[in-house]
Amino acid sequence: MSKIRKELKVSAIENGTVIDHIPTKSVFQVIRILNLNNIENQVLFSTNLDSKKYGKKGLIKVSGKYFKSEEVNKIALVAPTATLIEIKDYKVRLKKSVEIPKQIFKFVKCVNPNCITNYENITTKFDVSIEDNGDIKLWCKYCDKYTAKDNIVFI
Amino acid sequence: MKNRSLVSINDYTKKEWISLLDLAEEFEKNPRQKILENYVVATLFFEPSTRTRLSFESAATRLGAKIVGFTDSSSSSIKKGESLNDTILTVSNYSDIIVMRHPREGSARFASEISPIPIINAGDGANQHPTQTLLDLYSIRKTQGTLDNLNIVFIGDLKYGRTVHSLVIALCEFNTTFHLVSPFELKLPSHIKQHIKNNNLKYYQYTELNEVIPKADILYMTRIQKERFLDPIEYEKVKNAYVLKNSMLEKAKDNLKILHPLPRVNEITIDVDANPKAYYFQQALNGVYVRQALLASILGIK
Repeated sequence: MSKIRKELKVSAIENGTVIDHIPTKSVFQVIRILNLNNIENQVLFSTNLDSKKYGKKGLIKVSGKYFKSEEVNKIALVAPTATLIEIKDYKVRLKKSVEIPKQIFKFVKCVNPNCITNYENITTKFDVSIEDNGDIKLWCKYCDKYTAKDNIVFI
Repeated sequence: MKNRSLVSINDYTKKEWISLLDLAEEFEKNPRQKILENYVVATLFFEPSTRTRLSFESAATRLGAKIVGFTDSSSSSIKKGESLNDTILTVSNYSDIIVMRHPREGSARFASEISPIPIINAGDGANQHPTQTLLDLYSIRKTQGTLDNLNIVFIGDLKYGRTVHSLVIALCEFNTTFHLVSPFELKLPSHIKQHIKNNNLKYYQYTELNEVIPKADILYMTRIQKERFLDPIEYEKVKNAYVLKNSMLEKAKDNLKILHPLPRVNEITIDVDANPKAYYFQQALNGVYVRQALLASILGIK
Protein backbone atom coordinates (compact mmCIF):
# COMPACT_ATOMS: atom_id res chain seq x y z
CA MET A 1 0.00 0.00 0.00
CA SER A 2 2.70 2.41 0.98
CA LYS A 3 4.56 1.61 -2.25
CA ILE A 4 1.62 2.79 -4.38
CA ARG A 5 1.32 6.02 -2.46
CA LYS A 6 4.98 6.71 -2.97
CA GLU A 7 4.69 6.27 -6.72
CA LEU A 8 1.79 8.67 -6.83
CA LYS A 9 3.78 11.32 -5.01
CA VAL A 10 6.83 10.99 -7.19
CA SER A 11 5.65 10.58 -10.74
CA ALA A 12 8.20 9.49 -13.32
CA ILE A 13 9.69 11.84 -15.92
CA GLU A 14 10.56 10.88 -19.46
CA ASN A 15 13.79 12.83 -19.83
CA GLY A 16 15.59 14.96 -17.30
CA THR A 17 17.23 14.92 -13.90
CA VAL A 18 16.14 13.76 -10.48
CA ILE A 19 18.00 15.16 -7.52
CA ASP A 20 17.36 12.77 -4.66
CA HIS A 21 18.33 12.59 -0.99
CA ILE A 22 18.28 16.35 -0.46
CA PRO A 23 18.04 17.26 3.24
CA THR A 24 14.43 18.30 3.46
CA LYS A 25 15.16 21.78 4.81
CA SER A 26 17.51 22.49 1.89
CA VAL A 27 15.10 21.89 -0.99
CA PHE A 28 14.29 25.55 -1.52
CA GLN A 29 17.94 26.55 -1.29
CA VAL A 30 18.80 23.96 -3.94
CA ILE A 31 16.07 25.38 -6.18
CA ARG A 32 17.57 28.83 -5.79
CA ILE A 33 21.21 27.79 -6.23
CA LEU A 34 20.39 25.93 -9.45
CA ASN A 35 18.17 28.82 -10.53
CA LEU A 36 15.25 26.45 -11.04
CA ASN A 37 12.79 29.20 -10.18
CA ASN A 38 13.72 30.99 -13.40
CA ILE A 39 13.69 28.26 -16.01
CA GLU A 40 11.00 27.24 -18.50
CA ASN A 41 11.28 23.50 -17.78
CA GLN A 42 8.81 21.61 -15.67
CA VAL A 43 10.08 21.34 -12.11
CA LEU A 44 8.52 19.09 -9.48
CA PHE A 45 9.70 19.11 -5.93
CA SER A 46 8.81 17.34 -2.72
CA THR A 47 9.79 17.78 0.89
CA ASN A 48 9.46 15.51 3.91
CA LEU A 49 9.35 12.28 1.93
CA ASP A 50 10.13 9.13 3.90
CA SER A 51 13.68 7.97 3.51
CA LYS A 52 15.06 4.69 4.83
CA LYS A 53 18.53 6.17 5.01
CA TYR A 54 17.88 9.69 6.35
CA GLY A 55 14.40 9.56 7.91
CA LYS A 56 13.10 12.48 5.85
CA LYS A 57 14.34 13.73 2.52
CA GLY A 58 13.56 16.14 -0.26
CA LEU A 59 13.55 15.50 -3.97
CA ILE A 60 13.50 17.63 -7.12
CA LYS A 61 12.72 16.55 -10.68
CA VAL A 62 13.57 18.72 -13.62
CA SER A 63 12.19 17.68 -17.00
CA GLY A 64 14.29 18.01 -20.11
CA LYS A 65 17.42 19.25 -18.36
CA TYR A 66 20.79 17.76 -17.52
CA PHE A 67 23.26 19.55 -15.29
CA LYS A 68 26.99 20.02 -15.69
CA SER A 69 28.96 18.63 -12.73
CA GLU A 70 30.29 22.01 -11.65
CA GLU A 71 26.76 23.38 -11.66
CA VAL A 72 25.41 20.60 -9.51
CA ASN A 73 28.39 20.51 -7.18
CA LYS A 74 27.37 23.94 -5.95
CA ILE A 75 24.52 22.33 -4.05
CA ALA A 76 27.01 20.22 -2.08
CA LEU A 77 27.24 23.13 0.38
CA VAL A 78 23.63 22.66 1.47
CA ALA A 79 22.94 19.12 0.30
CA PRO A 80 26.10 17.04 0.61
CA THR A 81 24.06 13.82 0.67
CA ALA A 82 22.26 14.53 -2.62
CA THR A 83 22.38 12.07 -5.48
CA LEU A 84 21.82 12.95 -9.08
CA ILE A 85 19.90 10.63 -11.37
CA GLU A 86 19.76 11.32 -15.09
CA ILE A 87 16.71 9.89 -16.86
CA LYS A 88 16.50 9.17 -20.57
CA ASP A 89 13.33 7.55 -22.01
CA TYR A 90 12.11 6.78 -18.49
CA LYS A 91 15.32 4.84 -17.76
CA VAL A 92 18.16 5.70 -15.44
CA ARG A 93 21.09 6.74 -17.60
CA LEU A 94 23.48 7.85 -14.86
CA LYS A 95 23.53 8.01 -11.09
CA LYS A 96 26.10 9.93 -9.10
CA SER A 97 26.68 11.72 -5.81
CA VAL A 98 27.45 15.42 -5.59
CA GLU A 99 31.02 16.37 -4.80
CA ILE A 100 32.14 19.34 -2.75
CA PRO A 101 33.78 21.76 -5.21
CA LYS A 102 37.28 23.16 -4.63
CA GLN A 103 36.17 26.69 -5.48
CA ILE A 104 32.90 28.55 -5.35
CA PHE A 105 32.01 31.56 -7.42
CA LYS A 106 29.18 34.02 -7.35
CA PHE A 107 26.38 32.57 -5.25
CA VAL A 108 27.68 32.84 -1.68
CA LYS A 109 28.08 36.09 0.25
CA CYS A 110 31.25 36.81 2.22
CA VAL A 111 30.50 36.91 5.95
CA ASN A 112 32.96 39.76 6.55
CA PRO A 113 30.84 42.93 6.68
CA ASN A 114 33.87 44.96 5.63
CA CYS A 115 34.69 42.83 2.58
CA ILE A 116 34.78 44.81 -0.66
CA THR A 117 32.49 42.21 -2.30
CA ASN A 118 29.68 43.43 -0.03
CA TYR A 119 30.00 46.99 -1.34
CA GLU A 120 30.86 46.76 -5.02
CA ASN A 121 29.43 44.71 -7.84
CA ILE A 122 32.02 41.94 -7.59
CA THR A 123 31.63 38.22 -8.18
CA THR A 124 32.57 36.49 -4.92
CA LYS A 125 35.28 33.82 -5.05
CA PHE A 126 36.03 31.29 -2.34
CA ASP A 127 38.37 28.36 -1.88
CA VAL A 128 36.60 25.52 -0.12
CA SER A 129 38.31 23.71 2.72
CA ILE A 130 37.04 20.96 4.95
CA GLU A 131 37.73 21.12 8.66
CA ASP A 132 38.76 18.20 10.84
CA ASN A 133 35.15 17.70 11.94
CA GLY A 134 33.99 17.53 8.32
CA ASP A 135 32.45 21.00 8.20
CA ILE A 136 32.93 23.14 5.14
CA LYS A 137 34.75 26.46 5.41
CA LEU A 138 35.01 29.07 2.65
CA TRP A 139 38.06 31.29 2.28
CA CYS A 140 37.35 34.62 0.56
CA LYS A 141 39.94 35.29 -2.15
CA TYR A 142 39.48 39.03 -1.64
CA CYS A 143 39.45 39.76 2.08
CA ASP A 144 41.27 36.59 3.27
CA LYS A 145 38.55 35.80 5.82
CA TYR A 146 36.81 32.50 6.42
CA THR A 147 33.07 32.02 6.15
CA ALA A 148 32.05 29.05 8.29
CA LYS A 149 29.31 26.67 7.24
CA ASP A 150 26.75 28.14 9.63
CA ASN A 151 27.34 31.64 8.26
CA ILE A 152 26.88 30.80 4.60
CA VAL A 153 24.35 33.12 2.99
CA PHE A 154 23.35 32.59 -0.60
CA ILE A 155 23.14 35.57 -2.91
CA MET B 1 58.57 41.72 -10.10
CA LYS B 2 58.15 43.83 -13.23
CA ASN B 3 54.51 44.83 -13.70
CA ARG B 4 53.39 42.59 -10.84
CA SER B 5 51.00 43.95 -8.23
CA LEU B 6 51.82 43.64 -4.54
CA VAL B 7 48.59 43.08 -2.62
CA SER B 8 49.69 40.62 0.04
CA ILE B 9 53.21 39.79 1.25
CA ASN B 10 52.69 36.27 -0.13
CA ASP B 11 52.35 37.58 -3.68
CA TYR B 12 56.15 37.69 -3.78
CA THR B 13 58.55 34.91 -2.85
CA LYS B 14 61.12 35.00 -0.07
CA LYS B 15 63.79 35.41 -2.74
CA GLU B 16 61.97 38.45 -4.10
CA TRP B 17 61.65 39.99 -0.61
CA ILE B 18 65.40 39.62 -0.17
CA SER B 19 66.18 41.19 -3.53
CA LEU B 20 63.91 44.12 -2.61
CA LEU B 21 65.74 44.55 0.70
CA ASP B 22 69.07 44.48 -1.14
CA LEU B 23 67.84 47.11 -3.55
CA ALA B 24 66.52 49.21 -0.66
CA GLU B 25 70.02 49.16 0.78
CA GLU B 26 71.29 50.69 -2.45
CA PHE B 27 68.71 53.44 -2.18
CA GLU B 28 69.68 54.08 1.42
CA LYS B 29 73.22 54.80 0.24
CA ASN B 30 72.01 56.93 -2.64
CA PRO B 31 68.37 57.99 -2.14
CA ARG B 32 68.20 60.71 -4.79
CA GLN B 33 68.28 59.08 -8.19
CA LYS B 34 66.14 60.52 -10.97
CA ILE B 35 65.36 57.16 -12.50
CA LEU B 36 61.57 57.56 -12.60
CA GLU B 37 61.49 60.98 -14.27
CA ASN B 38 59.17 59.87 -17.05
CA TYR B 39 56.77 58.06 -14.76
CA VAL B 40 53.53 58.99 -13.05
CA VAL B 41 52.68 57.36 -9.73
CA ALA B 42 49.03 57.56 -8.63
CA THR B 43 48.43 57.58 -4.87
CA LEU B 44 44.76 56.84 -4.23
CA PHE B 45 43.99 57.21 -0.56
CA PHE B 46 40.33 56.38 -0.10
CA GLU B 47 40.92 56.88 3.60
CA PRO B 48 43.49 59.20 5.11
CA SER B 49 46.89 57.87 6.15
CA THR B 50 49.55 60.45 6.72
CA ARG B 51 52.65 58.33 7.23
CA THR B 52 52.13 55.75 4.52
CA ARG B 53 51.12 58.31 1.91
CA LEU B 54 53.96 60.71 2.69
CA SER B 55 56.43 57.84 2.68
CA PHE B 56 55.30 56.68 -0.76
CA GLU B 57 55.22 60.22 -2.12
CA SER B 58 58.65 60.92 -0.71
CA ALA B 59 59.98 57.71 -2.29
CA ALA B 60 58.47 58.55 -5.67
CA THR B 61 59.58 62.19 -5.55
CA ARG B 62 63.17 61.29 -4.67
CA LEU B 63 63.22 59.09 -7.76
CA GLY B 64 61.93 61.95 -9.91
CA ALA B 65 58.43 60.59 -10.55
CA LYS B 66 55.35 62.78 -10.77
CA ILE B 67 52.50 62.11 -8.37
CA VAL B 68 48.76 62.32 -9.02
CA GLY B 69 46.01 61.25 -6.68
CA PHE B 70 43.82 62.16 -3.77
CA THR B 71 44.27 62.08 -0.02
CA ASP B 72 40.79 61.08 1.02
CA SER B 73 37.71 60.03 -0.84
CA SER B 74 35.66 63.10 0.07
CA SER B 75 37.72 65.12 -2.40
CA SER B 76 37.21 62.70 -5.28
CA SER B 77 34.44 61.37 -7.48
CA ILE B 78 33.84 58.52 -5.03
CA LYS B 79 31.72 61.02 -3.20
CA LYS B 80 29.57 61.26 -6.32
CA GLY B 81 29.04 57.51 -6.14
CA GLU B 82 31.72 56.26 -8.52
CA SER B 83 32.55 52.58 -8.12
CA LEU B 84 36.05 51.37 -7.25
CA ASN B 85 36.07 49.60 -10.61
CA ASP B 86 35.55 52.87 -12.49
CA THR B 87 38.02 54.85 -10.38
CA ILE B 88 40.77 52.29 -10.97
CA LEU B 89 40.11 52.00 -14.70
CA THR B 90 40.07 55.78 -15.09
CA VAL B 91 43.19 56.46 -13.04
CA SER B 92 45.07 53.69 -14.84
CA ASN B 93 44.82 55.89 -17.95
CA TYR B 94 46.70 58.66 -16.21
CA SER B 95 49.49 56.78 -14.45
CA ASP B 96 52.01 53.95 -14.63
CA ILE B 97 51.41 52.43 -11.21
CA ILE B 98 48.74 52.84 -8.53
CA VAL B 99 49.41 52.94 -4.80
CA MET B 100 46.12 52.58 -2.96
CA ARG B 101 44.73 52.54 0.52
CA HIS B 102 41.09 51.66 0.98
CA PRO B 103 38.94 51.01 4.07
CA ARG B 104 37.38 47.82 2.65
CA GLU B 105 39.17 44.49 2.91
CA GLY B 106 39.92 42.87 -0.42
CA SER B 107 39.72 46.17 -2.32
CA ALA B 108 43.35 46.02 -3.44
CA ARG B 109 43.02 42.42 -4.64
CA PHE B 110 39.97 43.41 -6.66
CA ALA B 111 41.77 46.45 -8.08
CA SER B 112 44.73 44.28 -9.08
CA GLU B 113 42.40 42.00 -11.02
CA ILE B 114 40.82 44.73 -13.10
CA SER B 115 43.69 47.21 -13.43
CA PRO B 116 45.85 47.19 -16.56
CA ILE B 117 48.70 48.70 -14.52
CA PRO B 118 50.26 47.30 -11.33
CA ILE B 119 48.75 48.01 -7.90
CA ILE B 120 50.64 48.40 -4.64
CA ASN B 121 48.44 47.82 -1.61
CA ALA B 122 49.07 50.49 1.01
CA GLY B 123 46.51 48.93 3.35
CA ASP B 124 43.04 47.46 2.77
CA GLY B 125 41.03 47.73 5.98
CA ALA B 126 42.34 45.37 8.63
CA ASN B 127 43.58 42.96 6.00
CA GLN B 128 47.02 43.51 4.41
CA HIS B 129 49.77 46.10 4.45
CA PRO B 130 52.68 44.40 2.68
CA THR B 131 54.99 47.40 2.37
CA GLN B 132 54.95 47.76 6.16
CA THR B 133 56.06 44.12 6.39
CA LEU B 134 58.91 44.73 3.95
CA LEU B 135 60.13 47.76 5.87
CA ASP B 136 59.89 45.80 9.12
CA LEU B 137 62.01 43.02 7.59
CA TYR B 138 64.46 45.64 6.33
CA SER B 139 64.71 47.20 9.79
CA ILE B 140 65.23 43.84 11.47
CA ARG B 141 67.91 42.77 9.00
CA LYS B 142 69.66 46.11 9.19
CA THR B 143 69.83 46.18 12.99
CA GLN B 144 70.58 42.49 13.55
CA GLY B 145 72.69 41.79 10.45
CA THR B 146 70.43 38.84 9.64
CA LEU B 147 66.81 37.75 9.51
CA ASP B 148 67.54 34.19 10.59
CA ASN B 149 67.16 32.53 14.01
CA LEU B 150 66.04 35.62 15.93
CA ASN B 151 63.90 35.94 19.07
CA ILE B 152 61.16 38.36 18.16
CA VAL B 153 58.73 39.65 20.77
CA PHE B 154 55.36 41.01 19.66
CA ILE B 155 53.55 43.14 22.21
CA GLY B 156 50.07 44.63 22.48
CA ASP B 157 47.15 44.08 20.13
CA LEU B 158 48.08 40.87 18.34
CA LYS B 159 44.50 40.12 17.38
CA TYR B 160 43.62 43.05 15.15
CA GLY B 161 47.06 44.37 14.23
CA ARG B 162 47.47 43.60 10.53
CA THR B 163 51.15 44.57 10.62
CA VAL B 164 51.71 41.87 13.24
CA HIS B 165 49.90 39.20 11.20
CA SER B 166 51.80 39.85 7.98
CA LEU B 167 55.15 40.11 9.76
CA VAL B 168 54.59 36.86 11.68
CA ILE B 169 53.74 35.08 8.43
CA ALA B 170 56.85 36.49 6.73
CA LEU B 171 59.13 35.65 9.68
CA CYS B 172 58.01 32.03 9.51
CA GLU B 173 60.43 31.80 6.56
CA PHE B 174 63.40 32.72 8.78
CA ASN B 175 63.37 30.22 11.65
CA THR B 176 62.14 32.84 14.09
CA THR B 177 61.26 32.08 17.73
CA PHE B 178 58.09 34.01 18.51
CA HIS B 179 57.23 35.53 21.88
CA LEU B 180 53.67 36.82 21.93
CA VAL B 181 52.71 39.24 24.70
CA SER B 182 49.12 40.42 24.83
CA PRO B 183 46.02 40.61 27.00
CA PHE B 184 43.94 37.46 26.69
CA GLU B 185 41.31 39.29 24.60
CA LEU B 186 43.88 40.34 22.00
CA LYS B 187 45.81 37.11 21.45
CA LEU B 188 47.22 36.23 18.05
CA PRO B 189 44.41 34.57 16.04
CA SER B 190 44.65 30.82 15.56
CA HIS B 191 44.87 31.01 11.77
CA ILE B 192 48.07 33.04 12.11
CA LYS B 193 49.45 30.70 14.77
CA GLN B 194 48.78 27.89 12.34
CA HIS B 195 51.49 29.32 10.06
CA ILE B 196 53.98 29.10 12.94
CA LYS B 197 52.92 25.52 13.67
CA ASN B 198 53.07 24.51 10.02
CA ASN B 199 56.69 25.63 9.93
CA ASN B 200 57.52 23.75 13.17
CA LEU B 201 58.69 26.94 14.85
CA LYS B 202 58.57 27.71 18.55
CA TYR B 203 56.20 30.25 20.02
CA TYR B 204 55.50 31.32 23.57
CA GLN B 205 52.54 33.33 24.85
CA TYR B 206 52.67 35.72 27.78
CA THR B 207 50.38 38.17 29.48
CA GLU B 208 53.27 39.92 31.28
CA LEU B 209 55.83 42.02 29.44
CA ASN B 210 58.72 42.12 31.93
CA GLU B 211 59.93 38.53 31.96
CA VAL B 212 60.38 38.32 28.20
CA ILE B 213 62.50 41.44 27.60
CA PRO B 214 65.91 39.81 28.34
CA LYS B 215 65.23 37.17 25.66
CA ALA B 216 64.45 39.61 22.87
CA ASP B 217 66.44 40.58 19.78
CA ILE B 218 63.52 42.69 18.60
CA LEU B 219 60.62 44.16 20.58
CA TYR B 220 57.76 44.87 18.20
CA MET B 221 55.36 47.18 20.02
CA THR B 222 51.79 47.88 18.94
CA ARG B 223 49.05 50.15 20.12
CA ILE B 224 46.12 48.76 22.11
CA GLN B 225 43.00 50.54 20.96
CA LYS B 226 40.21 51.24 23.38
CA GLU B 227 37.55 50.52 20.78
CA ARG B 228 38.70 46.88 20.56
CA PHE B 229 37.20 46.16 23.98
CA LEU B 230 33.52 45.44 24.44
CA ASP B 231 33.89 46.16 28.12
CA PRO B 232 35.63 49.49 28.88
CA ILE B 233 36.64 48.19 32.32
CA GLU B 234 38.70 45.48 30.64
CA TYR B 235 40.54 48.16 28.68
CA GLU B 236 41.29 50.14 31.83
CA LYS B 237 42.73 46.99 33.40
CA VAL B 238 45.14 46.22 30.57
CA LYS B 239 46.03 49.63 29.15
CA ASN B 240 48.99 50.16 31.44
CA ALA B 241 50.21 46.58 31.45
CA TYR B 242 51.77 46.82 28.00
CA VAL B 243 53.61 50.09 28.25
CA LEU B 244 57.35 50.00 27.65
CA LYS B 245 59.39 52.24 29.95
CA ASN B 246 63.11 52.92 29.75
CA SER B 247 63.70 51.39 33.19
CA MET B 248 62.42 48.05 31.89
CA LEU B 249 65.28 47.80 29.38
CA GLU B 250 68.10 47.37 31.92
CA LYS B 251 68.34 43.61 31.43
CA ALA B 252 67.87 43.73 27.68
CA LYS B 253 70.41 42.27 25.25
CA ASP B 254 72.90 44.68 23.69
CA ASN B 255 71.60 44.03 20.20
CA LEU B 256 67.95 44.66 21.15
CA LYS B 257 66.04 47.14 19.00
CA ILE B 258 62.51 48.43 19.58
CA LEU B 259 60.21 48.66 16.57
CA HIS B 260 56.74 50.17 16.30
CA PRO B 261 54.65 50.66 13.14
CA LEU B 262 53.54 54.08 14.49
CA PRO B 263 51.51 56.07 15.39
CA ARG B 264 52.53 55.67 18.99
CA VAL B 265 50.20 56.91 21.69
CA ASN B 266 51.42 56.00 25.17
CA GLU B 267 52.65 52.42 24.81
CA ILE B 268 56.29 53.53 24.66
CA THR B 269 57.12 56.26 27.13
CA ILE B 270 59.04 59.29 25.84
CA ASP B 271 62.11 58.45 27.94
CA VAL B 272 62.73 55.41 25.70
CA ASP B 273 63.26 57.66 22.65
CA ALA B 274 66.73 58.69 23.79
CA ASN B 275 67.78 55.07 24.36
CA PRO B 276 69.90 53.80 21.43
CA LYS B 277 67.69 50.72 21.41
CA ALA B 278 64.75 52.82 20.18
CA TYR B 279 64.54 52.36 16.42
CA TYR B 280 60.97 53.31 15.44
CA PHE B 281 61.69 56.62 13.75
CA GLN B 282 64.58 55.13 11.79
CA GLN B 283 62.18 52.30 10.92
CA ALA B 284 59.80 54.86 9.37
CA LEU B 285 62.66 56.29 7.32
CA ASN B 286 63.53 52.80 6.10
CA GLY B 287 60.04 52.70 4.65
CA VAL B 288 61.07 55.29 2.09
CA TYR B 289 64.00 53.16 0.83
CA VAL B 290 61.89 50.02 0.69
CA ARG B 291 59.17 51.84 -1.27
CA GLN B 292 61.78 53.25 -3.64
CA ALA B 293 62.99 49.70 -4.24
CA LEU B 294 59.45 48.52 -4.81
CA LEU B 295 58.52 51.28 -7.26
CA ALA B 296 61.75 50.82 -9.22
CA SER B 297 61.36 47.02 -9.34
CA ILE B 298 57.72 46.96 -10.37
CA LEU B 299 58.26 49.62 -13.02
CA GLY B 300 61.15 47.51 -14.31
CA ILE B 301 63.86 50.15 -13.86
CA LYS B 302 65.99 48.18 -11.37
